[in-house]
This record gives sequence, C-alpha cells and structure tokens, in this order.
Amino acid sequence: MKYLYYPGCSLKGSGKAYEESLLAVFRALGVPLAELDDWNCCGATAYMSVEETKSYALAARNLAIAEREGLDVIAPCSACYLVLNKTQHALQENAGIRSRVSGALGAAGLSYQGHVRVRHPLDVLINDIGLDAVKKKIVNPLKGRRFAPYYGCQLVRPYSTFDDPVNPVTMDKLVAAAGAECVEYPLKTRCCGGSLTGTVPEVGQRLSYILIKEAMKRKAEAIVTVCPLCQFNLDGYQDQISSRFSEVRLPIVYFTQVLGLAMGLPSGQLGIHRGIIDAGAVLTAR
Amino acid sequence: MPLQQTIKYEADRDPHFADWIQSVAGGENLRQCIQCGLCSATCPLSLYMDYTPRRLINLAREGFKKEVLSSFTIWLCASCYACRAECPKQIKVTDIMYTLKRRAIQENAFPKRFPIPVLAREFGKMVFTFGRVNETLLVIDLFLRTNWLRFLSMTGLGLNLMRTGRMSFLPESIKRREELRKILGSLEGKDEFLTWAGPVAKLLDEKEMLK
Repeated sequence: MKYLYYPGCSLKGSGKAYEESLLAVFRALGVPLAELDDWNCCGATAYMSVEETKSYALAARNLAIAEREGLDVIAPCSACYLVLNKTQHALQENAGIRSRVSGALGAAGLSYQGHVRVRHPLDVLINDIGLDAVKKKIVNPLKGRRFAPYYGCQLVRPYSTFDDPVNPVTMDKLVAAAGAECVEYPLKTRCCGGSLTGTVPEVGQRLSYILIKEAMKRKAEAIVTVCPLCQFNLDGYQDQISSRFSEVRLPIVYFTQVLGLAMGLPSGQLGIHRGIIDAGAVLTAR
Repeated sequence: MPLQQTIKYEADRDPHFADWIQSVAGGENLRQCIQCGLCSATCPLSLYMDYTPRRLINLAREGFKKEVLSSFTIWLCASCYACRAECPKQIKVTDIMYTLKRRAIQENAFPKRFPIPVLAREFGKMVFTFGRVNETLLVIDLFLRTNWLRFLSMTGLGLNLMRTGRMSFLPESIKRREELRKILGSLEGKDEFLTWAGPVAKLLDEKEMLK
C-alpha cells in the first residue's frame, strides 16, 4: 500500500495541524504517503466561479502528474477532494470539456487518460487499511470523552462513493476505535458557512454558531472535523461568534489528531498546539 | 406615487437564457424542475437570499436574466450541494449557480463592493500567478479592496493565527509556473484575470513574484 499525497493550499497554511497529524498517523500505521510532485491549487470553490474550462484544466494538471506515478491520490481537504473528483466526472461525462482540457494539457506536454483515483483519508483508513489494523495501534484510548463527529458538506456530497451523503459514519467508527464516544449529531453534514464567515460574517458565522451551539447542547467536549476550512471557521471565529450571537467555547480538532493521540503519538507531532481554542485538555482519557 | 410595472411582458424576458444555461455542463435538467422547493428547504442560506433557490431556478428558466445575474442569491451559495443531493429531478443546482456566477462576472452584473465576487476574481488571479494560494495574502488583499473596517475587526483572529503558527506572509508557489501558464493561457478567457496585482502584490517585489 502506497499513496500520493495531495496537500492542497490550506494544509500548508492555516491547516498545518491537519498535515502534521495525517502524516504522523499514516507513518505510524506503516503506510507511506509521497507528496505529489509540484502540485498546484485545485481551484476550490472560487476559481469555478470565474472560469469553467480553466478550472478543470487547473485541477487536471494534478491528475496528469499523479497518473505518471500510477498510485491513488489522497486528498484530505474536502474542497480539494470535491474539485478533483468533479474534474474526473466532467472529463468522463462531457466530451467538450475533455477535449478542451486535453488540448490545454497538451500545450504543456502533459496528458491525462483518466486512470487516477482520488480518495479521502477516511476512505483509505476504513476500506484499505481497515478498522482492525487501526484498533491494534490504539494504546491510549480516550475513554469517557464525548465528541461530535462533523463531516461538513463537500466530502460527502455529491461525489463521495464511500459514505452516505446525509448520514455518513466512517469517522464515527474511527472516533469510537480511538475509545471516545460519538454524540448524536444530526447536523453532521450541514454547511459551516464556507468562505462566507469572512466575506459576509453576519451570515456565515451564524452557520458556524449553530454547529457549535448544537454540539455543546449535546454535551460534546469537542467537534471532530475532516476539513481545514470547517476547522478554521469553527475554531477561529469563536470570539466573533460569541460577541455576535451568544457565548460559545468548544475545541475543534481533526480526526487525525484524535487518532494520533489514541495511538500514543506525541502531541507535538500532531499540531495540537495549533488550535486557537485549546484542545489539549479534552484529548486525554477522562 | 409613480406607477411601476410589476409584472413583465413577454418581450421583457430573454427567451434564450434558459437554452444557454442548459448548454453549459450541469444545466441540462433545468427545465425538469417541478418547483417542489426541496432545494430551498434544505439550503442553509435560503433565509438570507433575495430569491430562494426554487425561485431562482424558476426565474432563470423563464428568462429573467437581469434579476438572476444581479441577485445576491448566486453569491450566497456556499456550494454545500445539499440542494443537489435532495433534488428529485437531479437538477445540478450548485453547478447552475456557478454558471450564473461566471456570467455575472463576465457581464459585470454582480452587486458592487460585495466581497464574494471580488474574492473569486482575486483567487483566480493568484492561482494563475503562483499556482498556489496563500490564504493570508488573499484575505488581506480582499479586505483592502472591499472593507477597511472589517479588516480591523479581524486583528484578533490574525493574532491568534500568528500565535499558533498558522499564518504565512510569503507567497506559496509551484516550481513549474511556465507549465501552468501554458495550460491556462491556451484556453480562452479574459486577460484581466491572468495576473495577481492587488494592493498586497504591489508591496511585494513584483519582479521576484512574476519570475
């Protein structure tokens, strides 16, 4: 088992803790991840709003580079996961887009035949590595802790093949494997506000507020996320949300940080100190 | 009180608008809409929109081009795809929103000084220039362009990000920029979207940046 790792821009910036904890967990599981050579931005939601074919061509450059290696690509960021898979679908289903994109790649001496699979670490952990192999590595189960598993939108809709678009459960299984309890959290696939938290804060932050408030009401001690933008919105804006709506305070962690600590990895390797709301205290057995 | 026309004549509509939407990838099922409203019900942002998604789809297919392209609705769509997952007619509502956003930018029809279209454009330029996005520089640039006061309200967040080592002031870049430029440059599109040259870019060494 070997994979290419497509970090995306956020995991090199505000989402560093996700990269650190993901790499540490996969290393501990003995599964090598090789960073994709000279990868570029996937385009996220913004580029698609400006240019159609160019945004597919932008994403396709990554797929073309990956295809040379003949390995599956792991895209941990939900936006990257969505855009790369959306590009795969567009290239397969739309002959016009396919020919324009392959012409553009050709202009730079690249080509893409459509053979790459873009996967999410949740999918790989559950379906390739397996829950049993993960459980074997758990040495510090987070007994007595209650977390809200939050998947957000773009990982599960509309291209995911490995989990349900409305009630996904793969992360619940991993959190349970780490020894913690998942609270009932019906908002697990509701939007966090995306980039609206910064651009139209009175609207975007309301969406984040609802997610945090409901998790607190259900006595969760942290929200566990799979996406750097969800983590950023829910963690970074709590001061502003508190003054705008009502007081909230809840640590927001990546599922890879939960797994890493339960696997006995040192918190320094997992970016625990990068949480704006301190998460250290809730990531140990009670 | 001056009289206002509140209902459109047939001639006020753009009869080709729906055909055009259907010709763009994702818009194929536009005319299948049965106006059930599941999209609006599931949309977490519909309560802030000037037209809910159900109404927007109806306006679009009836040719109310001006209303649709100048709406806040298309820019409030956060691309969560909940509507698409619920639609019983498999209408790709989110993709239609993208199609409309692009047209609104092309026709300069979007709400002025509304930060979302500005963010989309600046994002595109930064990607063309560097191949990657530096969130810190993009966000600072956005606030300098649209709203100084809001920029000040973000100082607390900025300090928190610095404290936790999550902020970087150096542009991230790919190595083979020429390769990416050949790819994107070979496709049609407006030249003005090609280079990032905002207020923040001016502060950085442009020669170094555009190498």
